[in-house]
Amino acid sequence: MDVLVVFAQLQRRDRTADEGSCVADDGVCPGWIADNADRYVDPFLEHVYLTLVSVGIGFAIAFALALVAHRRSWLVAPIVQVTGILYTLPSVAVFFLLLPITGRGKLTAIIALVSYTLLIIFRNVMTGLAGVPAEARDAGRGMGLTPRQLLWRVELPLAVPEIMAGLRIAVTTTVGLAALAFLAGAGGLGAALFTDINFRSNVIVAAGLAVLLAVALDLLVLAAQRAVTPWTRAAT
Amino acid sequence: MSSDAASLELRELVKRYPGSDEPAVDRLSLEVPAGEICVLVGPSGCGKTTAMRMVNRMIEISDGDILVSGRSVRDRDPTDLRREIGYVIQQVGLFPHRTIAENVAAVPRLLGWERKRTAERVAELLELIGLPEEMGARYPAQLSGGQRQRVGVARALAADPPVMLMDEPFGAIDPINRERLQNEFLRLQAELRKTVVFVTHDIDEAIKMGDRIAVLREGGRLAQYASPADLLMHPADAFVEDFVGADRALKRLALDRVRDVNLWQAPAVRAGEPVAEARRRLEGAEVPYLLLVDDRDRPLGWLDERALSGTHVTAQPHMAPEPIVELDDVLRDALSDLLAHESMYAPVVDERGTVAGVLSIELLSHLLAAEGS
Repeated sequence: MDVLVVFAQLQRRDRTADEGSCVADDGVCPGWIADNADRYVDPFLEHVYLTLVSVGIGFAIAFALALVAHRRSWLVAPIVQVTGILYTLPSVAVFFLLLPITGRGKLTAIIALVSYTLLIIFRNVMTGLAGVPAEARDAGRGMGLTPRQLLWRVELPLAVPEIMAGLRIAVTTTVGLAALAFLAGAGGLGAALFTDINFRSNVIVAAGLAVLLAVALDLLVLAAQRAVTPWTRAAT
Repeated sequence: MSSDAASLELRELVKRYPGSDEPAVDRLSLEVPAGEICVLVGPSGCGKTTAMRMVNRMIEISDGDILVSGRSVRDRDPTDLRREIGYVIQQVGLFPHRTIAENVAAVPRLLGWERKRTAERVAELLELIGLPEEMGARYPAQLSGGQRQRVGVARALAADPPVMLMDEPFGAIDPINRERLQNEFLRLQAELRKTVVFVTHDIDEAIKMGDRIAVLREGGRLAQYASPADLLMHPADAFVEDFVGADRALKRLALDRVRDVNLWQAPAVRAGEPVAEARRRLEGAEVPYLLLVDDRDRPLGWLDERALSGTHVTAQPHMAPEPIVELDDVLRDALSDLLAHESMYAPVVDERGTVAGVLSIELLSHLLAAEGS
């Protein structure tokens, strides 16, 4: 936590700016926010980038693992164990563990963030596949679907709600964790936030943008899910 | 357009599961002529479902063989084989994420049919099972249990397979709808003439649906393979006799249909007819009530002697016409309808709903007495 304190001390804000006492008092200053909004654009875009790339890669890996484990159930336990360890490792620790290997930068941050999403997504894909009604599977096999057709035409479509639920959790937690990516030198809203953590205007804008991003991405995934699963809303 | 039905032969069929001493199916041999319904019936654990599932190789054969049109299923690629065999299960197993039309189109799609041909076939099948065409756009969750089961049958029929496997297809349906679905399927079968393997644990359903019935006992051994009438009249041993039940005479009512009975004449009258004419008709009838019909001879209800007091027949029936039975109903169902409505008489109608006669408890009991002797 010492590191955070160090970063918090770095105040790049120009205290002599002609803003009056609001800025000097670390207050919430609409005027300052309006004038300095553009300094949050790059951190925000870095944050979006880190989140999308990490969740994208994490999804690809976890999804592939789930497809492999789907037909070989003995693989489920070891995969859950390994991804479970990755999930429980404090992400701050992972950043520093990786620094000597991958150095400072986005790569290190992305590796840490990806490792964090694997368990969430893997588990939800498996839950989704396990929730496919046995009779739909039996009927599909009985009418002559090959195992591959059964997977892509019946099992995965029916697992979509569960998979999307996992994706939503993964997206929102990754937005949160990416706020620490600056520790690995990857930028993001965390960098902006901790640059001047005592200044309420800065904290509100940086943290507010992170929350907005999490909500926006969550809604986006939800909208995508609703678009591809019209059958879940069919009245009974 | 119906493809020729195929004969089906089970030859010394055996299923052994690893780790189990007793086979699940033990040297089962049956021949099912093309176009007939063979019912596999027996207590749970008798291997009837296992035997059925070996036909389309959902379960691998341990020993023996199954021939479809003289060709061994063991030589066939399982997925190709399954696309040529209709498959209906108790839980239906419609794909919840597909519309009804897409569900019915599943096998034609696998077979690579053209879009237009598939769409025409779907429309044809929905009509065949009596679902309005707009239902095709709905999802399975929006249908009733009976409708879903009909769609399951339509889906199995989609590519016009010569052989159908049906595993307790109506087992999860309430009794009234089950009776209806059974009758519908028999009506379809009269037209389509598929070779059907039908699994049930319900001997009444077996007697009603089967051209032939294979009674299996535990351990997957064949106890008797016979026509329903044979099974009821000459059970092979104590096990079959016990399984068929003590009410064998009553069960034989399931073998005949209402149209096979010499029905009573219906003293039918229309509203507004002269009472003198109605009185004359009632005198010659075995039923003590007049049957009020509409202008297309469909039953509206019963009239008692009060109707004979005026000059013209009233338009208000004194008793509801229920139960109304159809010529195609089996006698057993007709009897239970009569009992359920605590009624002595039931108007019998033909396919168009017009009165064809009257069925009575008295008629049925004469029939039972004659058969019991």
